[in-house]
Amino acid sequence: MFLAFFLALRAAGVKASLREFLTLQEAMAQGLAGFDVEHFYYLARATLVKDERFLDKFDAVFAEHFKGVLQPQPEATGEVMPHDIPQEWLEKLAERLLTEEDKAQIQSLGGFEKLMETLRQRLAEQKERHQGGNKWIGTAGTSPFGAYGYNPEGVRIGQEGSRHKSAVKVWDKREFRNLAGDAELGTRNMKVALRRLRRFAREGAAEELDLTGTIRSTARNAGYLDLQMVPERHNAVKLLLLLDIGGSMDEYVHLCEQLFAAASSEFKHLKHLYFHNCPYETLWTDARMRREDAISTTDVLHTYDHTWKLVIVGDAAMSPYELISPGGAISSWNQESGQVWLKRILDAYPKAAWINPAPERLWNYTQTTRHIAELMERRMYGLTLEGLDQAMRRLMQ
Amino acid sequence: MRFEGTDSFVATEDLKVAVNAAVALQRPLLIKGEPGTGKTVLAQEIAKALGKPLISWHVKSTTKAQQGLYEYDAVSRLRDSQLGDARVHDISNYIVKGKLWEAFEAEAAPVLLIDEIDKADIEFPNDLLLELDRMEFYVYETRQVVKARQRPIIVITSNNEKELPDAFLRRCFFHYIKFPDRETMQRIVDVHYPGLSHLLLHEALTSFFELRELPGLKKRPSTSEFLDWLKLLLAEDIGPELLRERNAAKLIPPLHGALLKNEQDVHLFERIAFLARRG
Repeated sequence: MFLAFFLALRAAGVKASLREFLTLQEAMAQGLAGFDVEHFYYLARATLVKDERFLDKFDAVFAEHFKGVLQPQPEATGEVMPHDIPQEWLEKLAERLLTEEDKAQIQSLGGFEKLMETLRQRLAEQKERHQGGNKWIGTAGTSPFGAYGYNPEGVRIGQEGSRHKSAVKVWDKREFRNLAGDAELGTRNMKVALRRLRRFAREGAAEELDLTGTIRSTARNAGYLDLQMVPERHNAVKLLLLLDIGGSMDEYVHLCEQLFAAASSEFKHLKHLYFHNCPYETLWTDARMRREDAISTTDVLHTYDHTWKLVIVGDAAMSPYELISPGGAISSWNQESGQVWLKRILDAYPKAAWINPAPERLWNYTQTTRHIAELMERRMYGLTLEGLDQAMRRLMQ
Repeated sequence: MRFEGTDSFVATEDLKVAVNAAVALQRPLLIKGEPGTGKTVLAQEIAKALGKPLISWHVKSTTKAQQGLYEYDAVSRLRDSQLGDARVHDISNYIVKGKLWEAFEAEAAPVLLIDEIDKADIEFPNDLLLELDRMEFYVYETRQVVKARQRPIIVITSNNEKELPDAFLRRCFFHYIKFPDRETMQRIVDVHYPGLSHLLLHEALTSFFELRELPGLKKRPSTSEFLDWLKLLLAEDIGPELLRERNAAKLIPPLHGALLKNEQDVHLFERIAFLARRG
């Protein structure tokens, strides 16, 4: 019973368990889905997906898996002429699929109207060349349509006009796309992620009534009240935050501000320092990096001992010289190279993570990012909810 | 006994399926969604539709799982013992029943709402696993087992402030209430304000969805805020013409205080209005 579907879900990264699958079977056995595929979709979604971040993946897998069942085979749509495709539908399709760059490209092609016209023509041509084929527009190559290929969502071009609306099934709408895990972050979300980094301890002056302790000692005291006090419980984690500032980091300023705002409200022991591109012998206490704000890195390493956890925020993108050769820094002459300093800092703080605000897919394109990720022993995480979460888990290990 | 929405609550098809599945299989139903999309109201409406009593347990950051089962009021007992009260000999006098116990003991299976479960400590849901699964728990002080007479219908809401543990999620049905589209919104308004002028509703919906689409808003207005705003519009007797006045000076909708709850958002809105006026 839908075992293949279940396995496909798991392969796509939706963490559905056997227990949930059995629940779905139970629900099916009780006839809760009826014989309506839409109800089955809702039922399967409620049983197998427990996090809205996976809803989009679920929709994609569902569409993929049940495509053959639900949509007409190519032969069935064979004689429909491409020029039957309504303008509105094409626009909607394009709207849904186009990225900002694509839109700019459209402008260069002479606007949307023109593009639609070309798309129609192209469809007609391809129709003639691929008799009975089911793939009219390629997904690669230099054609302006290549950028967005026509069918990532299981929607077929070339059904009759009246059927187009029904062709887009609920799951094909992919309405939950913006809930996917790597989506944007707000301060509140960040705080939640940072909250993983908690280690409660009772330290300092005894100010709270210890109820269990009071009862225990009162009992020992032959029933006469003996009040016991304990210190307040608070987060004892100490965090040293090093922030890269200026240059290539400018575009991530807003994101970093949010991270900082979240961190400063979450941690009682937080020390933040700034550096430019790569930490060397000097760090700064102020983002303006004036001479009087400078503080020697060695001093920092001595002031904050190894119980502090280190988080470096930076895009790790710089000229290789800044990282590997002495004197490579752009702001001052450095005796020792950036990587020597980085290693020194990492040796001082065994619990460390690098948070990189640049999109993860770009990391491999910069040499220094790869190099730093290696220096960090792969403890580099994206500045997304998921990345932050992983980083915090790692710091707690 | 199927849940089909009520005359005061519009349930979408997927929500109905999720609710009915949870009721039929006697599993808890976990509801998430933007604030103001009617998560808490849902439990009340299920109770109303199925004719069952509602027991709500509102969770706060200080709530412990144990408080839902029972609490041992040690301080009262201590005081009574110092005063020589006779009640002190029976420990069950100091066991205070929690909401879960109440729900387990009820004559007819009630609807139990565990509201905003994410507000509590991260371990809170884990502490309730066994109780929700087996629908029983053990009272150490009196050495008794409390077992549910009938399994209550459990609705749990979450605002996503904390992630819930996997083991807990496995036991639930899940539904994410997405923000209603225009059509659903129209039905919701019809339910709350029947007889509202069609024109006013149309204009109000247009303004509202335009406002929600505004990029950069810190907090986008929700369904409940929209309903409040409509109420204000009605009370102030503001006609559709005023809403439709799209000239630049009037870009900010009247009584926007009901929709925008953040001075930065209001400021952003005013700035855009200012730009529009200049342009």
